[in-house]
Amino acid sequence: MKDKIRIASGQGFWGDLIEAPYLQVTKGNIDYLVMDYLAEVTMSILQKQKNKNPNAGFAKDIPPLMKRILPFCVEKNIKVITNGGGVNPEACANEIFAVAKELGITKLKIAVILGDDIRTQIDDLISKGHPLKNMETGESIEGVKDKLLSANVYFGAFPIVEALKQGADIVVTGRTTDTGLTLAPMIYEFGWNEKNFDLLAAGTVAGHILECGAQASGGNFLGDWQSVENFAEIGFPIAEAYPDGTFVIIKHENLGGKVSFETVAEQLVYEIGDPKNYITPDCVADFTSIKLEDLGNNRVKVYDIKGFEDTEFYKVSCSYSDGFSAVGSLTYSWPQALTKAKAADKILRKRMENLNLKFDEIRTEFVGYNSCHGPLVKDVDEDSINELMMRVAVRSSDFNSVERFGKEIAPLILTGPPAVTGFAGGRPKPSEVVAYWPALLSKKTVTPVVKIMELK
Amino acid sequence: MKIRLIDIAHGRSGDKGDAANIGIIAYDDKGYEIIKKHLTEEKVKEYFTGICFGDVKRWEMPNIRALNFLLNNTLGGGGTVSLKHDAQGKTLAAALLRMEINLDK
Repeated sequence: MKDKIRIASGQGFWGDLIEAPYLQVTKGNIDYLVMDYLAEVTMSILQKQKNKNPNAGFAKDIPPLMKRILPFCVEKNIKVITNGGGVNPEACANEIFAVAKELGITKLKIAVILGDDIRTQIDDLISKGHPLKNMETGESIEGVKDKLLSANVYFGAFPIVEALKQGADIVVTGRTTDTGLTLAPMIYEFGWNEKNFDLLAAGTVAGHILECGAQASGGNFLGDWQSVENFAEIGFPIAEAYPDGTFVIIKHENLGGKVSFETVAEQLVYEIGDPKNYITPDCVADFTSIKLEDLGNNRVKVYDIKGFEDTEFYKVSCSYSDGFSAVGSLTYSWPQALTKAKAADKILRKRMENLNLKFDEIRTEFVGYNSCHGPLVKDVDEDSINELMMRVAVRSSDFNSVERFGKEIAPLILTGPPAVTGFAGGRPKPSEVVAYWPALLSKKTVTPVVKIMELK
Repeated sequence: MKIRLIDIAHGRSGDKGDAANIGIIAYDDKGYEIIKKHLTEEKVKEYFTGICFGDVKRWEMPNIRALNFLLNNTLGGGGTVSLKHDAQGKTLAAALLRMEINLDK
């Protein structure tokens, strides 16, 4: 058993800093690179891509990234774990193999985790007494069942542990919890018992700290952000983990960023609910038990974490099509920028009313004035406003109304208040609204599948 | 004496469906006592009038001197349903840190 391992965060979301994973594998020593690509709506986008092309449906950033990092991963024996397989982990693995061949790599084992996609089993599950009610609102799924774009179970760390046991160099999963990506190598390397919930909670907390990339190492730091060094080459966080569940959050010394009590604490409170009940498929972690010690030199020790037995349910994330939306904007300059923008909004709404357009919601915000803090903003002397952007967004089940809205923005320039600009890039186009349906499902109904694929 | 919350605390906010989560972390123990006393669920709910249309829940995390809040019905439907510019509530921690606290009360 190793006495410690280093698990590095490479991506906090699909669209994160492309250089980050490259820097993690080249600027210092790590054992694992973990990359989270899946937000709640991502699966629906990927499912649409796969519907059009059976070889699509995964994070397309992965193959070009692997082309850059694979030689280092092979040389330094760094294992890569990612949920970027989306709805098609096997296609993702095949593209990685193609890249490996190009690079002259002859031996590579990729494990894919399958079985999370339950889209075609919904009726069957309902008929067997699993109602898949919305876990936030309690609503029945019947109303959205026929509009489902994707439906996936969140698996945890254990399918990845199994993949590592079978010797995988790279693990590509579908819908897996962000935290499971980090917890899995700890379970595997340290031989943690699946019933030792304190240890599983510790690895889960490490996963929570790593899952948003540089948000734990100085990015988006609302404390003394100006104390963060070298944002341009920010180092993503690394968990240096020990067999007893203690871990130290660090970053590569030669990169920028900041790891301190404050930067780690901010990530701990990010997107959590009841801190005593942080529920994952692997355990229930108690975030109130977490202790932090700032060791200085960008090292923060995290320890004493308590956890409890996992629940009998998997979380299911479904997405469904729910109408259309569009966003348009125009920029008004001094003088009377706010008064003019408000007048333009009124004109626009009157014209849309005259056209009998039907919307579920019309929302107007003034960027540069109130688009972030809404009614909390302080009154300002209008003469001091140099310019602001009127941002109007609409949502409707009626495609035509949303499309026509897009045609009513530009005319305001020549038919409304003066000193207005910023209409470029054409008419705002309707985009499909993808709504989210979270549910719970008994763990007995779904089984993760670990499939080993080897380079031939 | 009046202080601004941002002088004694920092934080981070994000989305959980249509709810916004706001974590507020005091820089020291004294600050934690202040935020525990003054940032009640009622006061945060009242502060976010016109933004938060549901109930506010608060949990204490004394080890890291933090309070975690969940503001229900706040993000205009959440996800891609929301028409808000800040659909994920990313700037709401900053909004709360702007609050003035009267220490004499």
